[in-house]
Amino acid sequence: MLQAVCNKRDSMHVPDGFINAAASVGTGAIAAGGLGYSLRRAGRVLKDRHIPLAGVTAALVFALQMLNFPVLPGVSGHLMGGALAAILLGPWMGAAVVSVVVVVQALFFADGGVSALGVNVLNIAIITALVAWPVFRGLIKLLPATRVAAMGAAMVASLASVLAGSFAFVVEYAVGGVGGAPIGTVLAAMTGVHALIGVGEGLITATALGAVLASRPDLIEGLSDVSLRGAETAPSRRAVTTFAATGMAVAAALVLFVAPFASPHPDGLETVAEETGFSDVARDHPVGGPLADYQVAGVGSEAVGTIVAGLAGTAAAFTVGFGLVAASRKRAGAR
Amino acid sequence: MSGAHAHALHFHGHSPVHRMAAHVKIAALFGFVAAVVVTPTQAIWAFGLHAAVLYVAVGMARLPAGFFFRRLSIEIPFVIFALAMPFVATGPRIEVGPWALSIAGLWGAWNVVAKATLCVGASVVLSATTEIPDILAGFDRLRAPRLLTAIAGFMVRYVEVVVGEVSRVRTAIAARLGDRRRLGEAASLATVSGTMFVRSYERGERIHQAMLARGYDGTMPVISTTPVPARWPPVAIWLAAAWMVTAVAVVVT
Repeated sequence: MLQAVCNKRDSMHVPDGFINAAASVGTGAIAAGGLGYSLRRAGRVLKDRHIPLAGVTAALVFALQMLNFPVLPGVSGHLMGGALAAILLGPWMGAAVVSVVVVVQALFFADGGVSALGVNVLNIAIITALVAWPVFRGLIKLLPATRVAAMGAAMVASLASVLAGSFAFVVEYAVGGVGGAPIGTVLAAMTGVHALIGVGEGLITATALGAVLASRPDLIEGLSDVSLRGAETAPSRRAVTTFAATGMAVAAALVLFVAPFASPHPDGLETVAEETGFSDVARDHPVGGPLADYQVAGVGSEAVGTIVAGLAGTAAAFTVGFGLVAASRKRAGAR
Repeated sequence: MSGAHAHALHFHGHSPVHRMAAHVKIAALFGFVAAVVVTPTQAIWAFGLHAAVLYVAVGMARLPAGFFFRRLSIEIPFVIFALAMPFVATGPRIEVGPWALSIAGLWGAWNVVAKATLCVGASVVLSATTEIPDILAGFDRLRAPRLLTAIAGFMVRYVEVVVGEVSRVRTAIAARLGDRRRLGEAASLATVSGTMFVRSYERGERIHQAMLARGYDGTMPVISTTPVPARWPPVAIWLAAAWMVTAVAVVVT
């Protein structure tokens, strides 16, 4: 069975050599401080009975990261689990558990650089947990106490946590990145890709939370002081539609809010590139496609163009995703 | 579970590197990684010498080349990512065949590939020559936070159990749903994630009960198979070689 563990090949973790030594040390210090604080806070509520529990949960997060979800035909992604861990275990224990996963992956499985441990722990474990928790708790307080609302809050919280992690990477890359990719391009690419990853992460987290709600709602730290209506029953078709519509509206709102920052302003290097006349080469995005560079031709302002592209991307992802799920349901029903 | 049985990352052997104390090897790994990361990108020769230093460790550990390179292949996704850099990065360009590649991007790609390969190689030597419980004990000796090593200990002990359970559930889903382009599977896999959390949580509670029944008093008993004396001199010489390379590279460039 460990063969399966060894065969884990895909990875989102930053390798060695990507962020320079000074920035690695700095990020490492921040991550160590954050992890130390999380452990202290977790230790306050952590009885010794929680240690095996945290360990088994860490093993589960590791296992779930190996479980590839079909996203689109030919494309699969996996749960990162930071938001789910935070919602289920609380922010401090969630951060500690995912940190352990990241450290073990780096040291035992050579997945993610040893010198980039600080970067990976900070982006994947600490920032995700510390963003997902307040977002989730805030939404739970605002929204009606229903199962669908809790799942919607989980979806938004994980989308926000994934985006926050990717922003943290952009900041680290801006401070100590190697390779001279313009920050505007890195930011646009990271935001675009992670908006989609975040939507997927959100849907998985929400569904997983729904499953825990159905059997052991008492285990969910993020809902420890809330009793939900209708948690024991399967959600109705209308509830699912409401959930999907809410999720989509929030994703669209996030894109509206986030996209202007992603507007790739030409930085120094790019200005030089334009003057010397090879900017057309530099602007080409390796991914290509109709939304390459996340701008839409014929839209005047760059920021507006980015927003339109982001919205179109989100809408397309949702349409395709729900279309496929609906189609597969229909086929299953016809059988 | 766990105990003395070998894990798949481990390469059974009795080389001097296998016999070395775990905390010494961990310190050596961190020392080597730091030396590699600090080395200036432009000093291409220095990475060759670092590779030679790493080769000494691999050779002394008597790891077969096939095993070593198979484990190295974990970094392939990063390498692919790094190869995109010369195309996206800006700055002066150089014609290479049909492409105009960014010079800064080429250096960046080289930097990531060289450093990641050397560092992954070094951590492969650690995990191939050291049993996981010994690595965790080594971290304890290096004064890593107890809570962290304790959680990590339970994680590595149960990772096979949980991974096995997840893949059995997955097989069960495939048996019941069929492999319909695997898209209908997504929703059920997400539900499984939640169910698996409940199962894992309850498993954690049962483990604790079982530990109490065996006289657990809040601290893990340390069962060391053979106490290994820490012999620093060979490791110090090895590390000094790596750092000498780095120092010369920094001065020269």
